[in-house]
Amino acid sequence: MKLMTCTFVLLLGSVCLLLTAGAKPCSAQIDIHIHTVTGPMESHVGDLTGNSEEGAKLYRRFCIGCHGPDGDGNGENAMWFDPTMGFAKPRDFTLAVFKCRSTTTGNLPTDEDLYNAISRGFVTTNMPQWKVLTPQERANLAAFIKTFSDRWKTQKAGTPISIPPEPPVNIEGILHGRVLFQKMECWKCHGPQGHGDGPSASTLTDSKDNPIRPYNFASGSRFKCGETNQDLYQIFMTGLDGTPMPSFADVIQPNDAWDLVHFLRTLQPLDTPEAALWNTYAAAHGKELKPIGPEQPGGGN
Amino acid sequence: MRIRFVVMLAVILLAGSAMLVLAVPPSAGTIAGKVTYTGTPPKMKTIDMAKEPGCVKEHAASPVTTENVVTGPGNTLEWVVVYVSAGDQGSTPPAKPAEYHQKGCQYLPHVQVMQVNQALEIFNDDGWSHNIHPLSKANPEWNKSQPPGTPPIQAKYEKPEFIPVKCNVHPWMHGNFVVLNTSHYSVTGNDGAFSLKGLPPGKYTVSAWHEQYGSQSQEVTIAGSETKTLSFVFKATPY
Repeated sequence: MKLMTCTFVLLLGSVCLLLTAGAKPCSAQIDIHIHTVTGPMESHVGDLTGNSEEGAKLYRRFCIGCHGPDGDGNGENAMWFDPTMGFAKPRDFTLAVFKCRSTTTGNLPTDEDLYNAISRGFVTTNMPQWKVLTPQERANLAAFIKTFSDRWKTQKAGTPISIPPEPPVNIEGILHGRVLFQKMECWKCHGPQGHGDGPSASTLTDSKDNPIRPYNFASGSRFKCGETNQDLYQIFMTGLDGTPMPSFADVIQPNDAWDLVHFLRTLQPLDTPEAALWNTYAAAHGKELKPIGPEQPGGGN
Repeated sequence: MRIRFVVMLAVILLAGSAMLVLAVPPSAGTIAGKVTYTGTPPKMKTIDMAKEPGCVKEHAASPVTTENVVTGPGNTLEWVVVYVSAGDQGSTPPAKPAEYHQKGCQYLPHVQVMQVNQALEIFNDDGWSHNIHPLSKANPEWNKSQPPGTPPIQAKYEKPEFIPVKCNVHPWMHGNFVVLNTSHYSVTGNDGAFSLKGLPPGKYTVSAWHEQYGSQSQEVTIAGSETKTLSFVFKATPY
């Protein structure tokens, strides 16, 4: 009897031991410590309210490999991203500096900007589209990203810039946009033909001193921050913070900005209304146009 | 009668001397000295501005060199910011904005000091565009294009920080914003000299910051209207 009790207790004890011992390595494997600096955060995207604690679970599963447990872009995959080959390093969320914003330069993006960036992904980088996640899940992730910097506690997100209605496309507007492309010196980085090969292109670095390439319009790919004319307008007005692309909001008037948008479209090998108008015009008058690029000595350009 | 007169005279004299004492400003001290280096500093390189022919033309007589380590005769070190880093009982930013210029593809001055929340005005004096991109971390990072003839960019910084400034279009352009919590600062010239004036009696930490050689600090106590001499020596390395 005494022996039986003893055996039972021993058995029970070893079961407990097994249970605890068995559970520990399991949880240790999953439980990579994520280091955040704020408390729980929310995001508001349309009717959705994102929850950072839910977002943390998704981050652990889908994002941590590149963006890292500290959100600083130093995940275990990051070492394979070679900026000299044109592959941007993963975003460092601890700085709270974001390329794609509807807000003016130096300001935090809106929750919707974060949501859109997650959904859209970043073309020509390793960041894929996350449309496979539900809108609620993406809103949760947008909330979670905000827990990596206390800028989200101490500063308000900026207000989106206003984008006036797009005027109809016409050749006068495109030609004026072309003048602006020269005058604003877009060509110094993006190249006279928009091939991303301007005189300063090869020297460009992002704010972490990694090499970065200007957008090549001839690639015809989507832009980093969208694909519509509105997106294009927003890109050069707000600038892509953390990159060499500055904001032109203070120096380009809205109507001029639309002309520039329409001209930029003609640089892409796409079947757009702008390209159609331009091609017809260029076939007849191309030779009369002043070439874009450095002013020629003696003023004859 | 006579006693009354004496008393009145005494009162007048006393009041007068009290006023005299009040008229003298509270004692204020000065901390002054020199910043020098030991070791071998790097040679500054001539900047090739060929990508902006206008800038080459502007500096045709004397080409511009890099400015990250500028030295003077007697091993003095230029562009060092010497400032009160602790002990200042509060400095309000001046109403006058700090003025920063882009001229001939250079930043003038190379080191621009401003106080927290002081207005900063950035001018493009050139006939071509610059983009001004201060690489702040504690403060929000922004990047703005400034074509020729556009009004000055208005900015200010809310937190103290040492901020490298660059122009992405002209990659050789490099400057510094130094945002301080104090009005007691001095930037060394080619003679390495600095002077912090108007310091009320108290205990201060004085720091010296150089963009390549970092920061060092010393404690100084100001007892009254005195001048304390201080020297900072940085160890220069050739790279």
